[in-house]
Amino acid sequence: MTSKENGSKLLNLTDIWIEGQSNGQWTPLVRGVNLSLHRGEVLGLIGESGAGKSTLGLAAMGFTRDGCRFSGGSVRFNDVDLLKTSEAEKRRLRGRSIAYVAQSAAASFNPAHRLISQHCEMPVKHGVMSRDDAARDGMELYRRMRLPNPTEIGFRYPHQVSGGQLQRAMTAMAMSCRPDLIIFDEPTTALDVTTQIEVLRAIRRIVTDFNTAAIYISHDLAVVAQMADRIKVLLRGEEVEEAETRTMLSQPKEDYTKSLWAVRSYARDVRPPLAVDKPALLQVAGVTASYGSHDVLTDISFDVHPARTVAVVGESGSGKSTIARVITGLLRPRIGQVLLDGKTLLAHYRDRNREELRQVQMIYQMADTALNPKLRLREIIGRPAEMYLGLKGKQLQERIRALLRMIELEPDKFLDRLPSELSGGQKQRVGIARALAAEPKLIICDEVTSALDQIVAEGVLKLLDRLQAELGLSYVFITHDLATVRAIADDVIVMQKGRVVEQGMKEDVFQPPHHPYTARLLASVPQMDPDWLTRSLEKFTDSLDSPQ
Amino acid sequence: MERLSVIIAKRLALGILTLFVISLIIFSATEMLPGDIAQTVLGQSATPDTVAAFRRELGLDQSAPTRYLNWLTGVAHGDLGMSLANRRPVSELIASRVGNTIFLSAYAAAIAVPLSLILGILSALYRNTTFDRSVNVAALAAISFPEFFVAYILVFFLAQTGYFPSMANVDANTAFGEKLYKTFLPALTLTLVVTAHMMRMTRASIINLLALPYIEMARLKGMSPLRVIVYHAVPNALAPIITVIALNLGWLIAGVVVVEVVFVYPGLGQLMVDSVSKRDLPVAQAVALLFAAAYVLLNLLADVLGMITNPGLSHPK
Repeated sequence: MTSKENGSKLLNLTDIWIEGQSNGQWTPLVRGVNLSLHRGEVLGLIGESGAGKSTLGLAAMGFTRDGCRFSGGSVRFNDVDLLKTSEAEKRRLRGRSIAYVAQSAAASFNPAHRLISQHCEMPVKHGVMSRDDAARDGMELYRRMRLPNPTEIGFRYPHQVSGGQLQRAMTAMAMSCRPDLIIFDEPTTALDVTTQIEVLRAIRRIVTDFNTAAIYISHDLAVVAQMADRIKVLLRGEEVEEAETRTMLSQPKEDYTKSLWAVRSYARDVRPPLAVDKPALLQVAGVTASYGSHDVLTDISFDVHPARTVAVVGESGSGKSTIARVITGLLRPRIGQVLLDGKTLLAHYRDRNREELRQVQMIYQMADTALNPKLRLREIIGRPAEMYLGLKGKQLQERIRALLRMIELEPDKFLDRLPSELSGGQKQRVGIARALAAEPKLIICDEVTSALDQIVAEGVLKLLDRLQAELGLSYVFITHDLATVRAIADDVIVMQKGRVVEQGMKEDVFQPPHHPYTARLLASVPQMDPDWLTRSLEKFTDSLDSPQ
Repeated sequence: MERLSVIIAKRLALGILTLFVISLIIFSATEMLPGDIAQTVLGQSATPDTVAAFRRELGLDQSAPTRYLNWLTGVAHGDLGMSLANRRPVSELIASRVGNTIFLSAYAAAIAVPLSLILGILSALYRNTTFDRSVNVAALAAISFPEFFVAYILVFFLAQTGYFPSMANVDANTAFGEKLYKTFLPALTLTLVVTAHMMRMTRASIINLLALPYIEMARLKGMSPLRVIVYHAVPNALAPIITVIALNLGWLIAGVVVVEVVFVYPGLGQLMVDSVSKRDLPVAQAVALLFAAAYVLLNLLADVLGMITNPGLSHPK
């Protein structure tokens, strides 16, 4: 590009190198990335975790996290070199000219102060507005972000506001000084699909209204496709490729980008429907369960058949994880019961015998916290094999090795590793091996792929599918992600507020006519089509403007 | 605030239960002291008959459980009993001293609490700098010495040279300014002993929060480092800081015994030491119970303040 073009750019990152310190050594996190942005333009940054997208996003503010440092390149914002200028000058620009919207609004709002105080802090401290004007403007921004009760909501504390509303309030806060540039760092990743679409609409509208330039960071392609004019793909701190959004979606050049695109189309072959008279492995019969006096599950019934997968879908708070707690005996149902092989399981896990406990195992969402960090894989996987099957000595060691091979980890390399020496996907595989060690008939998978990157998640799903075919396992697969359901389920249960709103075979549930809630869930899943949000926005505006 | 009042009521009830258990321990402990007041007053040469008669007069011939129950009933009715040594009501003896002890503790707290908060905030702000390290080393050094040693060092440097009196002999007629001057050394001793604890907790609680997303957010909003700490970190670090302050205030009231003795200050600590050596058990028991009550109340206060400063509890959904 020519130097003349350079001059008209709002932001120009040239040959950026950033290092991070781990175990006393500096290793590069971002390797020589170039990035530029015009006024009013939105750039999408895509990549897996560890690709350096957040680090690069923060670098655009001349900021590195503790334990990281710039080791080369320049960051020019409106002709100020952020890496050479003073701390005071950087502070003057941050918030006022470049604002930041973080991934978890719930964690990024200070719990000790009201929303409006945190909102006004920036314009007041940067000398843009008086406190009164800032508060009035804040309410106006809340209204534009379609927050309920815009004049009142600011006086609440963060814990009194829902996640999706907080994310919108945070975007409003970023707008408070009318910055030239906003960095959105995975702003909707922590939200349910139905909430995500509301937030996406609000962000899209306000960015367009104020003609603000933005860097939109996400691991979710379909989301970025809605927001960005251009997309840049990162892998391990390096740029893979960059192109206009439509070009990138229709003709990705690099293999890595193509593989990212392909992940989304993974689906297991459809299995033939069950013979009608086959007995169920697990029966959940009329279960109602409550925490205190509050019912979280109301009259839930479903069957899980041998070697089949039942997916339980719903938003957070729909009670889907509570089902797992009832099946495993962690929570006594108030009414109803759980049957395994036609035999009633006692309500509390302490009253169940070891054989019953062995049959039902669990895999958790956060493999990080589900594995004991002080134990080696040998012990983590060996313990259930020893406890449930009474294996000892050589037999036990053979079994542990076989289990590791089953989850595609080389035994000699991994036997004596600690969980901290594994990647996220490997940890989840160890979680699977630990469940398999008990030789169960049923495994409950609670959001097992939602903390993983798409490519890694696909690997885990394929592994679960293979194990099901080889070992005849049944799965109860709890997830909020409809793409995962589409990929692996035989039967689907759609839950809302503790009730089943729709259940049946996957083909039937995904085929219209839908229950209204299922329809809303399906419509909220971002599509790869870059016009998807625009269309839904039009529908949304129509419904807002139409007379009551 | 319905929930808060319920919690306070529960804590109060627990506090009373704690005091009851403590009263039992205090009574048993004083029972275990060798000798009794009759022996002490009458001396070694007294005949066994005289001693027995005197004991009967004082009620010491009754069994221990009876005396405990009598004492407890009295305390529950606000009657702390009579001093065995001079036949005056215990409450009267304590009343003349309690003001002095509270004055000294408050004096020390008025210096120590602001000092440790400011030092804690500054050392968090300038963490890992020479300033931070020097403050930490100095505070640790002060807390590592026993308080009587600190007291004698201060006497050596500040009293021997004539700047401050080494005897804190105040009475009801001493003017406020003079009182401050006379009790400066004991207050300084107490300050040196408690500051390290509070300051280090302030620093640690603040630094604990600095890696949190909302602190990063404050920095990315362009806020100055001081504002990030004072406005964004401190309000969230208050609960542990308040707890440590309350513990130290409790210590300031109950732990003054040694310091009062060193500086001959007419407070509760002196009274307790005197009454123990005279075997004037009702007085010693009453003072010990009072110290315990101060601890319980201050900790209750800390819990309540901790809850009020937590918006999650004070502003329920």
